[in-house]
Amino acid sequence: MHEPTHRRRQYWRRNLRALTLLLSLWFIVSYGFGILFVDQLDRLRIGGFKLGFWFAQQGSIYAFVLIIFVYVRWMNRLDREFDVDERN
Amino acid sequence: MNLQAWTFVLVGLSFALYIGVAIWSRARSTGEFYVAGGQVPAVINGMATAADWMSAASFISMAGLISFMGRDGAVYLMGWTGGYVLLALLLAPYLRKFGKYTVPDFIGDRYYSQTARCVAVVCAIFISFTYVAGQMRGVGIVFSHFLNVRIEHGVLIGMGIVFFYAVLGGMKGITYTQVAQYCVLIFAYLVPAIFISALVTGTVFPQLGFGGTLASEPGVFLLDRLDQLSQELGFARYTEGRKETIDVFFITAALMVGTAGLPHVLVRFYTVPKVSAARSSAGWALLFIAILYTTAPAVAAFARANLLGTVADIPYAEVPAWFKNWELTGLIQFDDLSGDGRVQYRGPLSEIPNELTIDRDIMVLANPEIAGLPNWVVALVAAGGLAAALSTAAGLLLVISSSIAHDLLKKGWRPSISEHEELVAARVAAGVAVIIAGYFGIHPPGFVAQVVAFAFGLAAASFFPAILRGIFSKRMNKEGAVAGMIAGISFTAGYIIFFKFIRPAWNTPQYWWFGISPEGIGTAGMLLNFAVSWAVCRLTPPPPEAVQDFVEEIRIPRSAGPAHEIDA
Repeated sequence: MHEPTHRRRQYWRRNLRALTLLLSLWFIVSYGFGILFVDQLDRLRIGGFKLGFWFAQQGSIYAFVLIIFVYVRWMNRLDREFDVDERN
Repeated sequence: MNLQAWTFVLVGLSFALYIGVAIWSRARSTGEFYVAGGQVPAVINGMATAADWMSAASFISMAGLISFMGRDGAVYLMGWTGGYVLLALLLAPYLRKFGKYTVPDFIGDRYYSQTARCVAVVCAIFISFTYVAGQMRGVGIVFSHFLNVRIEHGVLIGMGIVFFYAVLGGMKGITYTQVAQYCVLIFAYLVPAIFISALVTGTVFPQLGFGGTLASEPGVFLLDRLDQLSQELGFARYTEGRKETIDVFFITAALMVGTAGLPHVLVRFYTVPKVSAARSSAGWALLFIAILYTTAPAVAAFARANLLGTVADIPYAEVPAWFKNWELTGLIQFDDLSGDGRVQYRGPLSEIPNELTIDRDIMVLANPEIAGLPNWVVALVAAGGLAAALSTAAGLLLVISSSIAHDLLKKGWRPSISEHEELVAARVAAGVAVIIAGYFGIHPPGFVAQVVAFAFGLAAASFFPAILRGIFSKRMNKEGAVAGMIAGISFTAGYIIFFKFIRPAWNTPQYWWFGISPEGIGTAGMLLNFAVSWAVCRLTPPPPEAVQDFVEEIRIPRSAGPAHEIDA
């Protein structure tokens, strides 16, 4: 078997670190704020929204979109740093 | 112009647009037929994915569902958007690097096994047929409500249109038609929502109006008024949950993971030119979806407030015109139990019996009428509903067609067929699939609604874990993957079949395992799949070196060989 080079292993580890961080955020905004702690957050308000309700029906979706675009920028930079990006 | 004329004009124009686009972008090779030649720009692919994903259910039924569920409606909002994060981060870039045509292709190659490929093909076809029958039904319903066409004729017209551009255009035709359909459906969704938001709250942004104050009563927040009205009429408060937390958790997870495992969504990421484009394309897709998904809960709240405000307690003689119109279609039913000639709409907690039954689909279909919007806005809703149903149907039909022509014929029974023959087979398969889907649209099996839980549950319990481990675990072998998929599918299907078909009377929280409903059981199926495949994998030999190199290869965006081989 061709052992992956040290650089490649490092690239993969950095990728996994990015995934862990971003997926934790994904979990916190939806399952955390929108489901598990929704009643506690509902004691706070922003405008006419109770906060937990807002996360469940609005906020989590905005956060999902942001998470993906942060990931895209993060990975593009990582690809260039390790010289594994796609040549045009 | 009257409503009927407006509807004919708008629906006719949108259909002409789809046909024009289909002729301009028809497919000439199998690469173009299956994955649009792999040359679709990321933003365009994102838009097509959004139309592909948002079905008749998203467009017509979701806001109504939320309207009646209150806060618990969040399971659909989060469940059907959060899956895109999983797609973008865990699956799409690697599938793109793999760069073949179908999901069973990946499963078959990664697990070096025809058995694995066959399990995947059966799941893909089953999931897609389940879904497409509902879309065809949606087309029929829109036609019959707005154009006074019989449901059967509506389905036939829809079949004709889809047949034309899916069979002729393949993935390339479908992609560009879906872009047009996205534009139509989002415009059709936003215009009434903006009108109603302005009317109810004085804000043109529904997402803000949702949390704003009422135009009619300055200083009173819409959601507070809604909570109060609901309580007075004997319903649960709108912003409070009614389902058990564990069930909400499991349903949301099953829908998210199911979304990330649906073949017609996954296959869209084969169509972009690069790995980096696959990542950003998932982001664009979710952005375009989020525009509708953040509007839907606002529409749900406005519609609920309108409904409770207008017909909760009025003399039947004074009901508005839309009430009578929709009564004719059977979507509103009034039964004067007390015999006092008044409509009394009450919830389960009220002492007064409820006299009004309202179909949830009416919340989107009739909302513009309820709010008194002009005819062209009402007609727009018809065109939008059709766009949503047709775009999803086309994507699903393509999955069925490629599963049959590519996975079963080319990679299975008849590897010797030429590209030209494969293309003919794909077109024939698409044609036959349209006819079967149309048949189920006209004669819907009574369980269409029930089997949607199936589609998500099976996708969650089979594809998602198999693909995920195929990428993130080099050690995972065919024995583990196949055992995991079979365990996940059998468990999930068994649980759903038991509660939906064998003992429907027991389908209540007290009999469910740990309070998990059949809708959420796919999450447990997924966990079981992970556990079984891990255990079996430990006891069986590791995959061949070539496969481990293959995994190493898909983890790196840059390819060693030419970027794209499918045009060759």
